[in-house]
Amino acid sequence: MTDDHSAGIASHGHGPFIAAIDQGTTSSRCIVFDRDGRIVAVDQKEHEQIFPKPGWVEHDAAEIWTNVQEVVAGAIEKAGITRDDIKAIGITNQRETTVLWDRHTGEPVHNAIVWQDTRTDALCRELGRNVGQDRFRRETGLPLASYFAGPKARWLLDNVEGLKERAEAGDILFGTMDTWVIWNLTGGTDGGRHVTDVTNASRTMLMNLHTMRWDERIAESIGVPTAMLPEIRSSAEVYGEIKGGGLGDLLGGIPVASALGDQQAALFGQTCFAEGETKSTYGTGTFMVMNTGDKIINSYSGLLTTVGYQIGDQKPVYALEGSIAVTGALVQWMRDQMGLISTAAEIETLALSVEDNGGAYFVPAFSGLFAPYWRSDARGVIAGLTRYVTKAHIARAVLEATAWQTREIADAMTKDSGVELTALKVDGGMTSNNLLMQTLADFVDAPVVRPMVAETTCLGAAYAAGLAVGFWNNTDDLRANWRRAAEWTPHMDAEIRDREYKSWLKAVERTMGWLEDED
Amino acid sequence: MTRNIQSLERAAAMLRLLAGGERRLGLSDIASSLDLAKGTAHGILRTLQQVGFVEQDEASGRYQLGAELLRLGTTYLDVHELRARALVWTDDLARSSGESVYLGVLHQQGVLIVHHVFRPDDSRQVLEVGAMQPLHSTALGKVLAAYDPVAHSEALEAGRTAFTGRTVCDADTFERILDVTRARGYAADVEETWEGVASIAAPVHDRRRMPVGAVGVTGAVERLRQDGELRPELIAAVRDCARAVSRDLGARRF
Repeated sequence: MTDDHSAGIASHGHGPFIAAIDQGTTSSRCIVFDRDGRIVAVDQKEHEQIFPKPGWVEHDAAEIWTNVQEVVAGAIEKAGITRDDIKAIGITNQRETTVLWDRHTGEPVHNAIVWQDTRTDALCRELGRNVGQDRFRRETGLPLASYFAGPKARWLLDNVEGLKERAEAGDILFGTMDTWVIWNLTGGTDGGRHVTDVTNASRTMLMNLHTMRWDERIAESIGVPTAMLPEIRSSAEVYGEIKGGGLGDLLGGIPVASALGDQQAALFGQTCFAEGETKSTYGTGTFMVMNTGDKIINSYSGLLTTVGYQIGDQKPVYALEGSIAVTGALVQWMRDQMGLISTAAEIETLALSVEDNGGAYFVPAFSGLFAPYWRSDARGVIAGLTRYVTKAHIARAVLEATAWQTREIADAMTKDSGVELTALKVDGGMTSNNLLMQTLADFVDAPVVRPMVAETTCLGAAYAAGLAVGFWNNTDDLRANWRRAAEWTPHMDAEIRDREYKSWLKAVERTMGWLEDED
Repeated sequence: MTRNIQSLERAAAMLRLLAGGERRLGLSDIASSLDLAKGTAHGILRTLQQVGFVEQDEASGRYQLGAELLRLGTTYLDVHELRARALVWTDDLARSSGESVYLGVLHQQGVLIVHHVFRPDDSRQVLEVGAMQPLHSTALGKVLAAYDPVAHSEALEAGRTAFTGRTVCDADTFERILDVTRARGYAADVEETWEGVASIAAPVHDRRRMPVGAVGVTGAVERLRQDGELRPELIAAVRDCARAVSRDLGARRF
């Protein structure tokens, strides 16, 4: 069909379009984009968070698949288009969440174990043996931690009756949520494609970053039979076509053409295609990812080495990742636990009522310090208190905490990669906070740039799918779509910045060693 | 001395009664406390309920103070909340119009820019959040003056400087422009503030239809106008955006 085919959406130009599924931690969404990367329609549905025990978090994978079908149909309907208008569908997903299912019935053998779930803590310590948590770091880029998918699969094999035997007989399939959704979209028990992409595979602790294949030795050490693992493919290629079920009737034949973990999808949606380009997503926590080109950079500063993306048969692009556990969550804590503000946006109003932090520093190490310290014995601290300090100064300190934590990750990235940050591309809910964005530019001492489409995660998946089917020709086409909505330039005096940073680091020091018997 | 309105006095007494002591009261308690017939008390309570000053508990049938009454004391909409609500819609307006977008609120005798989205081209632009614009000559200012009585009196009291040959300074003409603004639902500024620059703006309302701000596009007069007229699709896009933000504010839970 031709490109000038009209879809009857006057305000959003003409088709064809690309759809993207975002299978996230709290909800599943589908967004339809046009050729300029503009949003045409959105549909979204939340799913249940299951907490069987403290520290355990599960999802019902069958519910998620039902919701995915609903939101895809919903978005198509809202856009007022048909299958002829959709060139491809892409997928982005919550990373590391693990599901095992029966290849003959398509039924999950257990609830999916969510990335936040800590039940594999002990298992990970055991797997570290005498080496410790870096036992598989050289091959996989990851420390042994409960987030990653491999140990979660092992837990299921150990704890679901008879599963090990069924897995060894080849009846059980493993997947992260990309794999689960693609297998179902492409027919399920009727020839569904059992594949994953390099970014999702890089979060299993089972893939070797150097070969981009499952590492037999590590899989054996962790106790996951490689027979149940999906085929590792690039992030942007046609894995199969939509087939069967209700969606088959609606959208049968549409290529399923991308998969990217959510943070990698945001990197792609922010068009961080060149080495050194970095994005940071500000939600309850913050994820910062730097494109390191074709270099696998071993981190000595507590960052993760991961795959950024791979387009078709091109070379994979690697990345360094740093996460901050508490950023937006600290603002929520000020609202819900302290009652100092009634909406999250009011933190800015309160903070703006004073000139500076009044000497107060807030280190929200609520569950220990993450990158670059990794100290689980740390707990939160407000330092520098005097009678002069008001709630408004604390509000400043809250926003500054997010900016300083970003600065620490940026410093770690520069140290590991040798690349200086020239600009920081931001997205996520907290980017509506003007004071925070200015503070970020001041503390990181680099321009902070917000793109015009806030939905960078879905956009990244759409971009990758569009590249796979030739809807866009190359990454230059995508760069041309990128629009700067706002830019904050650093204004802070270097001397003040250095002095403040020193005070922040002193406050961080005071959080450490709070818990005494941390094993 | 003029006679007071009896039912208003009674209503005030009821609110005072509900505000003190036991918070929820039944109809007969209220009637007997105020020495009123039940029918009279019920009529007043029903009216108070309709305007939201009183609420009736469904299960017990008892009355208590309404959320609307609480809101009266705290009507102020946080401008940062306004920006957060407007973000996606203003991004979309910038993309569809190809122009820069501004969101403004009344501040002292002018328009305070609380949100600014860059024009979607690759040109260097400077974020203008925190800047002030005049009330009498800009589209944002005219919208605020047309819809918000406080902004209106500020605009009339302030000295109306002539920035260009097209700035309207005369009070009567200014009032006529505000009438037109209210009738059309949007305001325009064609080279009245800056030579070569035009803007179009529309009002943002909160859930009680109170004007809380104005949103609009600003750009080169050659791009905003066609054949001497403002482009109708731009006007429609600005008004759509203002309505979308208003809708979002209306959905806000108290």
